[in-house]
Amino acid sequence: MATVCEVKEEHIIEVKNFSFTYAGADKPNLKKINMPIGKNAVTALIGPSGCGKTTLLRCFNRMHDLYPGNRYDGEILLDGKNILGKKEDLIALRTRVGMIFQKPTPFPMSIFDNVAYGLRLQGIKSKSELEGRVETALKDSALWNEVGDRLKNPASALSGGQQQRLCIARAIAVEPEVLLFDEPTSALDPISTQSIEELVLKLKDKVTIAIVTHNMQQAARISDYTAFMYMGDLIEMGVTEELFITPKEDMTEQYITGKFG
Amino acid sequence: MDKFLDSLFLNTSRIFAITVLVVLVALFIVLFKEAKPAIDAFGLQFLTNTRWAPNMDIFGGYPAIYGSIVSTAIAMLIATPIAIGIAIFLSELASPLVAAIVGMAVELLAAIPSIIYGMWGLFYLAPILKDIWGGSGLGLATAGVVLSIMIIPFMAAITRDAMKTTPDILKESAYGMGATRWEVLKDVVIPYVKSGIIGSIILALGRAIGETMAVTFVMGNAHKVPHSLFEAATSIPVTLANEFTEADTDLYYSSLFYLALILLVISFTVIAIAKFLFLKRVQEKKI
Repeated sequence: MATVCEVKEEHIIEVKNFSFTYAGADKPNLKKINMPIGKNAVTALIGPSGCGKTTLLRCFNRMHDLYPGNRYDGEILLDGKNILGKKEDLIALRTRVGMIFQKPTPFPMSIFDNVAYGLRLQGIKSKSELEGRVETALKDSALWNEVGDRLKNPASALSGGQQQRLCIARAIAVEPEVLLFDEPTSALDPISTQSIEELVLKLKDKVTIAIVTHNMQQAARISDYTAFMYMGDLIEMGVTEELFITPKEDMTEQYITGKFG
Repeated sequence: MDKFLDSLFLNTSRIFAITVLVVLVALFIVLFKEAKPAIDAFGLQFLTNTRWAPNMDIFGGYPAIYGSIVSTAIAMLIATPIAIGIAIFLSELASPLVAAIVGMAVELLAAIPSIIYGMWGLFYLAPILKDIWGGSGLGLATAGVVLSIMIIPFMAAITRDAMKTTPDILKESAYGMGATRWEVLKDVVIPYVKSGIIGSIILALGRAIGETMAVTFVMGNAHKVPHSLFEAATSIPVTLANEFTEADTDLYYSSLFYLALILLVISFTVIAIAKFLFLKRVQEKKI
């Protein structure tokens, strides 16, 4: 059984006895995971490659449903309601739980249209409302000063770090409750990485954040809680400072001191 | 010794590679040399002259050029929407199993020798079209239909391959925003691979315009500009296939080479546009 600390914030997500099996796999890739995710906190998922941290993250917005044959068992509650039901409205779920990927993924359209994309999907047509919300999202993602005067330019012309902040702006424009970050800085240089980390810390006032990262220093810098996973098991979840200074599980200690991974 | 073998290996493969360029240049030179008497005799007027009267040594390439362009245009109009539909289904909508089976069928269809399409066109399609359109059942319209059926599998296969270059992560980002399959296709996949799709269509066009066997049977072989799409006509490859055995004068022979040179230039331009203007962009643009 994993050691899981107490999460004092309201549990916006509650993972309960949750297992996940990829199509064609003969045993579960995630095994009986139990963990809460606190509202307006940053929860980092760490662990060696193949431990299942990204797999778990992609369950929170049911991204695995894009590929046939994957199986969920157990429950993931979002605001107290299980999101794993067959009849779950995935489109509505994904507007509540946004995602940022390993590499920037600007759509082949202008900066403005990228940020307005989710709003337009929701049926917002009013030009003034779109403009207002695009501006707010770009300001919240610390990009407005750099691109405010060239919103009509193609998004592909931006630098890698700017593109990633654009993807964050695009995700927060629809005002999701939860944002999932899947190694968001793995393709970025140190300065762009720093600006994304600052952004994450700023955003948590408005949105709950779960972040997968390869980089333990990053987890230590920006997260309130850290969950260490290994081979599909949750080994330990703790308040970040405690987990890095006084881990309760031997395996966690070995991993954070670099004995394996 | 090792050094010697290594340079031998390098130079041998270099010679093989250079052969390609030599063949290409030699081909142009030979065609040009053979066409030279006709080029001297008719000049660029050859392109617009509608008369083809071998007994009077008058040769105009317009009917054949017209036939090539119009039959290809008809084929493209029919084939493009169908091929794109197949490509969308195979790359975005079908389950992996269905996509594999149908995809393989499409590739096998693309491998059918074109003369078989021509025979099918003559013996089965032409009589049906004759009942619908009247006339002999042979002509540009029939040739266009046969050509379209011939290029659909080819066009569908390469368009599908172009669409598959869309990175999964880009599609996932759109799904992650709450987009439906249709929205992902329309807003992300198609804009992302647009130049690849256009390149694929132009490659298919290059194939259609040079096609000989599939259309020789169904064109009707009349050296004139037809009044309607349902009258007998000709095209450049059809003229070449039919008339070399009859070319009894030097000018006749040379005029056929002139037509061949024109066809080569058209095909060359089309494929160069597809490869360098459109398909190249696909490779450069990677996430």
